[in-house]
Amino acid sequence: MSGPVVTARGLTKRYGAATVVDGIDFDVAKGEIFGLLGPNGAGKTTTILMMLGLTEVSGGEIRVLDHDPVRDPLGVKRRVGYLPDQVGFYDNLTAYDNMSYTASLMGIPAGERRQRVLEALERVRLSDVVNKRVKTFSRGMRQRLGLAEIVMKRAAIAILDEPTSGLDPQAILEFLEMIHQLKHEGVTVLLSSHLLDQVQRMCDRVALFQRGRIVLMGTVAELARQVLGTGLVVDVEAGAATDLDARLGAIAGVTQVARIAADHYRLVTDRDVRPDIARAVVAANGALRRLSVDAPSLEAIYARFFQKQAETEEGARDAA
Amino acid sequence: MRREGSPWEGLGTVYVKELTDHISSIRMLVLEILIFLIAGAIVYFAIDSINQTTAEDPFVLLKLFTESRLAVFSLLAILSFMIPLMAIALGFDSVNSEHNRRTLSRILSQPIYRDALLAGKFLAALTTIAISLLLLWLLVVGLGIIRMGVPPNAEEVARSLAFMGVTLAYAGTWLALAILLSILTRSAATAVLVALGIWLFFTLIWPMLVPGIAATISPPDPRWALFGYQDPVTAQWAEWLRRISPNELFNGASIVLLAPDTRQVSQIVNLTQWQGAILGAPLPLTESLAIAWPQVVALFAGVIVLFVAGYVVFQRQEVRA
Repeated sequence: MSGPVVTARGLTKRYGAATVVDGIDFDVAKGEIFGLLGPNGAGKTTTILMMLGLTEVSGGEIRVLDHDPVRDPLGVKRRVGYLPDQVGFYDNLTAYDNMSYTASLMGIPAGERRQRVLEALERVRLSDVVNKRVKTFSRGMRQRLGLAEIVMKRAAIAILDEPTSGLDPQAILEFLEMIHQLKHEGVTVLLSSHLLDQVQRMCDRVALFQRGRIVLMGTVAELARQVLGTGLVVDVEAGAATDLDARLGAIAGVTQVARIAADHYRLVTDRDVRPDIARAVVAANGALRRLSVDAPSLEAIYARFFQKQAETEEGARDAA
Repeated sequence: MRREGSPWEGLGTVYVKELTDHISSIRMLVLEILIFLIAGAIVYFAIDSINQTTAEDPFVLLKLFTESRLAVFSLLAILSFMIPLMAIALGFDSVNSEHNRRTLSRILSQPIYRDALLAGKFLAALTTIAISLLLLWLLVVGLGIIRMGVPPNAEEVARSLAFMGVTLAYAGTWLALAILLSILTRSAATAVLVALGIWLFFTLIWPMLVPGIAATISPPDPRWALFGYQDPVTAQWAEWLRRISPNELFNGASIVLLAPDTRQVSQIVNLTQWQGAILGAPLPLTESLAIAWPQVVALFAGVIVLFVAGYVVFQRQEVRA
């Protein structure tokens, strides 16, 4: 299938007078990991629920895998797996029984059910606790059990809502590894999170939600260019060089040179000019000790974006 | 806008799972033991009493349900008292527990409509009650045969089974109420308290309030009291008010089915119903059913209205915790 698997146009959700999701547009391409970012209450979960037909749409249009979740929620839910934040299970049932119940709700034929359940549990490394009650499971194990459901469903799209919140670092790593595996199998993943570091490592594209709108959307590099504006920051440490400031400043593409310490320069460049910098240092007889590029971090983008916004708002208030 | 896909998809799965949960739950076990112990004791004493007093009665088996001379309460009274408790116990946490365990959004993200989840839960709980009632019926009939040595005739079996059907409708009313409360309140404790409050109200308080309210709506004419009679208008009001209570509907319909010589549910004598009647002569089953029919229909209507109310609220409810 070509074209986007999820399309939203002017998608809106209102609760009374409050508009929780305010006319958002986005497309998710097949096979990508799409991140939904933003503070709590920005409308991420509501958007997800509308995609699944679990809450009514107040306005606009959404299509998931060529189904309309408003009119044909079963068609959507048959092919989309959903892991809610803080997923719950029937504590007094075993992992197998819980899975077997959902398997039968999914309409998996009784003959295949056992095998599909066991396969899925093995994929998320829960094979040794198949017959343990979920009561005894840790938070990480529950999340993995939730993921096993999506695996068992053989979903085309996996929607994961805050899947790693409250997990310990080891569990997070394991979980992210499993998400990557899903992607390798061609599953499109929508990941909502406010853990920026994770999202950055995982996602092909992200959408930044704020007060019900998508304020930024694109790859992390694109966002960096939009928000930070400046491109790359390069740190250079070179000892015993002569006249390095001028030489660095003369390189095409370098827009700014700052001397932070005696032998430490920070350059701002509009593209990757590290080879030129290295050559310049060598030409200046410098001993090059470090030449590193700060990849634009989502955290910096995020912080900078909200800072900018606060400034403009303050400016507007002052003007008024 | 029409939605696509069948609302019944997944109903069977939910039904089987809920039924398994109910039958294997400790809650259900306790209730069943309680009901069987009480019922067993009552029937035992009722048989003693019948053995001593009844000379000849074509409906000895039915007497087991209504006899209350030696035992303090008849089995009918105990059922009218216990069945709501059982229904409430099965229904009060059916939806809010899914919310609280955070299983609701996960289950509803499977390809089923909410209809299937709600209907499955209702039918499973109702089936659980039906199974208990069937066991109770077997217990009563069995004790009757063993201790009295009289095999039941066809009409007795038909009447007592019809009574079990009415009991099930009565249970359904309370179950639908309990499920409605479990949808409306997020906390199971609140739901059970409200349900028990309503139960207490209809069992104890409403019968005491009714005469007062009826007298307020239509003050009785003192001339009637002069002759030691009730004002018929006031009495009629009292009767309408009493019938708001499902307990009253259940008792009315049950007594008609279990005591074949009962000619009317109402306490107000309707002369046309007595025209040509031979006192104490039993009515055929079809006639008894016809007399009990309004009560039975009202109970079914109660089930439907309460279930639909719950259904509407549940459809519009947010799945998010």
